[in-house]
Amino acid sequence: MLTAIIFLPLLGALLIMMQSDERTVWNAAFVFSLVPLGLSFYMLWQFRAGEAGYQFVEQYPWIPSLGISYHLGVDGISLFLVVLTTLLITISLFYSAGGDIEERAREFCFFVLVLETGLLGALLAVDLFLFYVFWEVMLIPMYFLIGIWGHGERIYAALKFVVFTMVGSLLMLVAILCLVFSARQHLEHITFDLPMLYQVPLSTTEARWLFAAFALAFAIKVPMWPVHTWLPDAHTNAPTAGSVILAGIMLKMGTYGFLRFAIPLFPEVAVEAIPLFMALAVIGIIYGALVAMMQPDLKRLVAYSSVSHLGFVMLGIFAFNIQGIDGAVYQMLNHGISTGGLFLLVGMIYLRRHTREISEFGGLWKSVPIYAGIFMVVMLSSIGLPGLNGFVGEFLIMLGTFLRLKLAAVFAVTGVILGALYMLWTYERVQFGPITKAVNETIADLNGREIASMVPLIALMLLMGFFPRPLISRIEPSAARLLERVNVAEARLDERRHRAALAATAPRGLDSRILKVAAAK
Amino acid sequence: MINFSQINLVWLPVLPLVVIATAAMVVLLVGVRVDDEESDGLGWLALASIVIALVLALGIFGQSGIAFAGAIAIDSFSAFFELSILIAAALTVLMSLDYADEHRLPGAEYYSLLLFSVLGMMLMATASDLIVIFIGLETMSLAVYVLAGLLRRDPRSSEAAIKYFLLGAFSTGFLLYGIALIYGATGTIKLVAIHAALTGPLLSNPLLLLGLGLMLIGFGFKVAAVPFHMWTPDVYEGAPTPITAFMAVGVKIAAFAGFLRVFMVQLGPASAAWTDVMWAISALTMTVGNMLAIVQSNIKRMLAYSAIAHAGYILVALTAGGPQAGGAILYYLLGYAFTNLGAFAVVVALERRGAAGDQIADYRGLATRQPLMAAAMAIFLLSLLGIPPLVGFVGKFYLFNAAVHRGFVGLVVIGVLNSAASAYYYLSVVVAMYMQEGGFLEETRRSRPALVAAIAIALIGTVLIGIYPEPYFTAAGNAYQSAMSPEEVHAATAMAP
Repeated sequence: MLTAIIFLPLLGALLIMMQSDERTVWNAAFVFSLVPLGLSFYMLWQFRAGEAGYQFVEQYPWIPSLGISYHLGVDGISLFLVVLTTLLITISLFYSAGGDIEERAREFCFFVLVLETGLLGALLAVDLFLFYVFWEVMLIPMYFLIGIWGHGERIYAALKFVVFTMVGSLLMLVAILCLVFSARQHLEHITFDLPMLYQVPLSTTEARWLFAAFALAFAIKVPMWPVHTWLPDAHTNAPTAGSVILAGIMLKMGTYGFLRFAIPLFPEVAVEAIPLFMALAVIGIIYGALVAMMQPDLKRLVAYSSVSHLGFVMLGIFAFNIQGIDGAVYQMLNHGISTGGLFLLVGMIYLRRHTREISEFGGLWKSVPIYAGIFMVVMLSSIGLPGLNGFVGEFLIMLGTFLRLKLAAVFAVTGVILGALYMLWTYERVQFGPITKAVNETIADLNGREIASMVPLIALMLLMGFFPRPLISRIEPSAARLLERVNVAEARLDERRHRAALAATAPRGLDSRILKVAAAK
Repeated sequence: MINFSQINLVWLPVLPLVVIATAAMVVLLVGVRVDDEESDGLGWLALASIVIALVLALGIFGQSGIAFAGAIAIDSFSAFFELSILIAAALTVLMSLDYADEHRLPGAEYYSLLLFSVLGMMLMATASDLIVIFIGLETMSLAVYVLAGLLRRDPRSSEAAIKYFLLGAFSTGFLLYGIALIYGATGTIKLVAIHAALTGPLLSNPLLLLGLGLMLIGFGFKVAAVPFHMWTPDVYEGAPTPITAFMAVGVKIAAFAGFLRVFMVQLGPASAAWTDVMWAISALTMTVGNMLAIVQSNIKRMLAYSAIAHAGYILVALTAGGPQAGGAILYYLLGYAFTNLGAFAVVVALERRGAAGDQIADYRGLATRQPLMAAAMAIFLLSLLGIPPLVGFVGKFYLFNAAVHRGFVGLVVIGVLNSAASAYYYLSVVVAMYMQEGGFLEETRRSRPALVAAIAIALIGTVLIGIYPEPYFTAAGNAYQSAMSPEEVHAATAMAP
């Protein structure tokens, strides 16, 4: 089942390469993205809510001499991300077929489908080696998508994207090897299996280094301030479908990595690092919002808004309470849907005007009302208007953050306000007012294909805004299990700090006895 | 007085060597009566002998013993290396058929010298005393010196030959001197005997240490480790391209076979003396190789520096030592043979007489003109860069894994940062092929089936050995252990998972 979801796109990609007719290629690619979409919905339907562990597990030995197995599974945290991935890929292909991609369609579909395999594999892998393989696999197709079908400084942007990500992920590879080495000493056999590695006791120094390596790799992908600089370049120069997939799914790989690997593997260090990550997240939220506000280019604006939104997700994760983590996972989905939608809309107007400068537009409401209407819904979802999906996630995150660290919540709220500000201001400049440029009067409104690409996203925005319960009830058990690990670690850490404080304050000579009493308590 | 009963003459295990040696002489003799323009037949003859040797070498797997009074080791270690070398040779011959035609190379000399160098390489892989290693090294090197200069009308080729010869002869001097000193210190040239002698006070014997250092330099030259790498780029650029490929792969494999057997397997007890030096050489080799590769505009020079960098990755595992590292190196070299020869085969396919087409800029727009060729090249380059699930990644993963398990985390971090930096130059070729227009290779010459076959075989190897590495890795691990003494194997397996 999971294998089929992961590898059907790859199979499709290989079959497509044997086709030469462009129409056939687009149709075949669409079908090969539709089948995994259907399968992932079937998986969603079959998924047993209320269970925390992995479901649909598949495990076969792959490289037994190193304890590496082909081990797949899906739980509450990855479940909806899988569905989001298959959905956004299908929409991207469907939209791109309508004229956005005109050259080398066959290669385009090939890379998008290979990318889908990489993304799904990384979400479903439960073996560290397998995860790493997929994690790297998704890099290359994205590199080609930006480099071949991008605009402007596409080659520079693509290379920057690859080098940034590779530095992070290769250091993570070293950390994986070190972790496995420790595991070998403690478990007496070598394994890359994630649940087994959860059990490895590590010394504090070791855990700190390894966490640092994992966190760096994932933080680059999120991207967290200050390692976000690859993102605006990559986004701005990528083709529309590339931006949608990059923002909609790939950035989530970073936050997902924190939830699945960095935090549960090294819970104590993660707890220690709460102030650091909350600070970085808050800086990212405010910085992203401020920079977004100043952008003259629509696409760059949306790109920077991603930095801000992903800051919220990180904040929710590091709140380490059930509201925060539920909210973070929910917000990951929201961001995928709304920012994916925004990138599609920017792509549509670019196709008509070949510019993305905000100052080139104005008064579009009059000439393209359907476009303006859809834009409004998506924008409001991105801001977090109650009744739409963004509100649910943001609210849960703010609640969780408030419970953990009030100061962070206070600062983060300014990010919400700034977010509303720059979005509404942009909307005003683009859609309202008089038509200042004559060309804008004659541009065509959205065609059927474009509207059809947006409809599923709008439907999800409303659905997830009004009925969060079915989603939360599936996310929560897995989030709670993660939290259990974190809480145990936190308690252990508190106890150690407490003892250290006692040792520091107690008068010499007496301390050993007092310590024993304290330890007994 | 020779006691003949000690010289147990076992012919079967050395049959691959005999086949290659005979074929080399037959090619030379037959070649006298063949025109340069019709050298194809000689090529096929060479290929046939290589395939026969390959099949025979498979038979050596699992055997163990020593033949010719301790001069030749019969074990899976030899077999694995012979196999890798023969695969490299076969691919080289396949791509030479096209190239020799285009460049009017003298077939008889070309193919017989190629076979002689293969013979030397195989001898190095099977040698179990220092003198035989030396003989193998010389047989290989002398043949390759001449091959490098075979493009007589190209001054770059002559420069390559002279440079390679002078520096090569110089480095062989180091090796020989090192062998002499070690003989002086231990009183034997038999590797097993040296291994047994390395105990107690002898380990700090200055004669031994000096000998080790000199041998290290000698091998360092052959594997092109920094700071003994100066000859590599010029020689690689000037030599005929298939020979460049053969040097980058075959010579490297053979040199590592000797390096591994001498240093890791037999001089293991003295590792304290050379680990630090090797650490530094490894770090330098990776870093210098990668940094200089970044600034190259000629694809052969770029691949030359990339080959230096890859020697550096292998040295990471060699520094770490241990059976896991040994198996990793064997696996890596096998994968490297397919990947690197594949990349060179594409270069051969695109090259024109008069050295046109070996600039990276010439690859612009290749993806639209020759999509399959471009795709193959992209896969080889991504494998060299270390993108999973290709063999280059898995090999690097094994190397680094072994090093981490021996506690060399710092060196591994240097290694992975270098890997990330190498993205720049490998991808620059991909950029040219897929993302830029133009390039002056407009006229398309149809590649010959033999060359296409070479690329296809290399491609299959690169993908298949990467996706399902288990059997090859196990074979590599067993091969490495077969070269160790039984007690050591026992100690190692007790430690290993």
